[in-house]
Amino acid sequence: GACLPLLAYPALRMLGRLNGSDAASIAGHYGSVSVVTFAVGVSFLVKKDVAFEEYMPLFVALMEVPGIVVGVLLARVLASSGGAEDRSRASVDWGALAHEIFLGKSVVLLAGGLVIGWIAGPKGLEPMSPLFFGLFKGVLALFLLEMGLVAASRIGEFKRAGPFLIGFGVVTPVVFGTIGTVVGHTTGLSAGGATLLGVLAASASYIAAPAAMRIAIPEANPTLSIVTALGVTFPFNLTLGVPLYHAIATRLTSS
Amino acid sequence: MNTHPKKLLVLIGEYALERFLIRDAMRFGAHGYTIADVRGGGTHGTREADWEGNRSIRMEIICDPDVARAISEHVLKNYCANYSVSMYVTDVGVLRPEKF
Repeated sequence: GACLPLLAYPALRMLGRLNGSDAASIAGHYGSVSVVTFAVGVSFLVKKDVAFEEYMPLFVALMEVPGIVVGVLLARVLASSGGAEDRSRASVDWGALAHEIFLGKSVVLLAGGLVIGWIAGPKGLEPMSPLFFGLFKGVLALFLLEMGLVAASRIGEFKRAGPFLIGFGVVTPVVFGTIGTVVGHTTGLSAGGATLLGVLAASASYIAAPAAMRIAIPEANPTLSIVTALGVTFPFNLTLGVPLYHAIATRLTSS
Repeated sequence: MNTHPKKLLVLIGEYALERFLIRDAMRFGAHGYTIADVRGGGTHGTREADWEGNRSIRMEIICDPDVARAISEHVLKNYCANYSVSMYVTDVGVLRPEKF
């Protein structure tokens, strides 16, 4: 999660000719993860009857934050080496930023859910399983419909993002997803686990990262990162990405 | 009806600013505030509040003129360059001046 923005940043700067703040902000979005994409990956594996490590949701919580922090550091460290005007922008309210990313809703809910599940144990969760496990797919479907509406309503903004960012939104998940899957495989995860690590690496945050970036890199244009993360990468991962990372993971495991 | 003159400062901006605006307003001497979720558009594009990262707020503060001036100057200096913010001040009459 921390390494991926370091790959994305130079590509955005050199190939996309974006300014430092926009490049760092987008890189941070891609370093962080999308919980919904992960949930779709999980339900894809469950449908295919592929087993995966039970602790995989822990990776979501762990990978959410580092990418954002590296994105902010990229913007600040590189800005402080620039001119006087850049230097004045180099200060970050780290307290407010830490509050935003560590006490943001998604991290608190994820970490809290893991702790509650761990304390309650399988027996304790039994009475709640009809709501949380039985309805999972239905609720996910409703949520995806809603996100589809939101993403579709932003299609008009593609014009502002330009062809480079649209291409970036497709190529980056393929590259990052492959890296994630290979890392998952070489660290000993099962095919299912490696698939999910690929999904996490490929996904871009569109809830936690935008909120954090607005505070940490306010001069970055939020439209660019949102259109790319939510308008391009999110639908790409759901339709083509998840099966692709699974195919890569399966091939790695069987070879 | 006996009313006392005060200023109503209205700030419309991105949700990301909410925490900072509350902190700053209270620090500059406001006694309270009211915040509502709103939608709208302008030079920074439209903010439709259709998902978490796209929300906007309208913050209303009734206060003395010098407090309104201090808050608005601070917001102008620190946030207006990079965030979508609209601000205006109007005269209002309140019934309980000590409350504001």
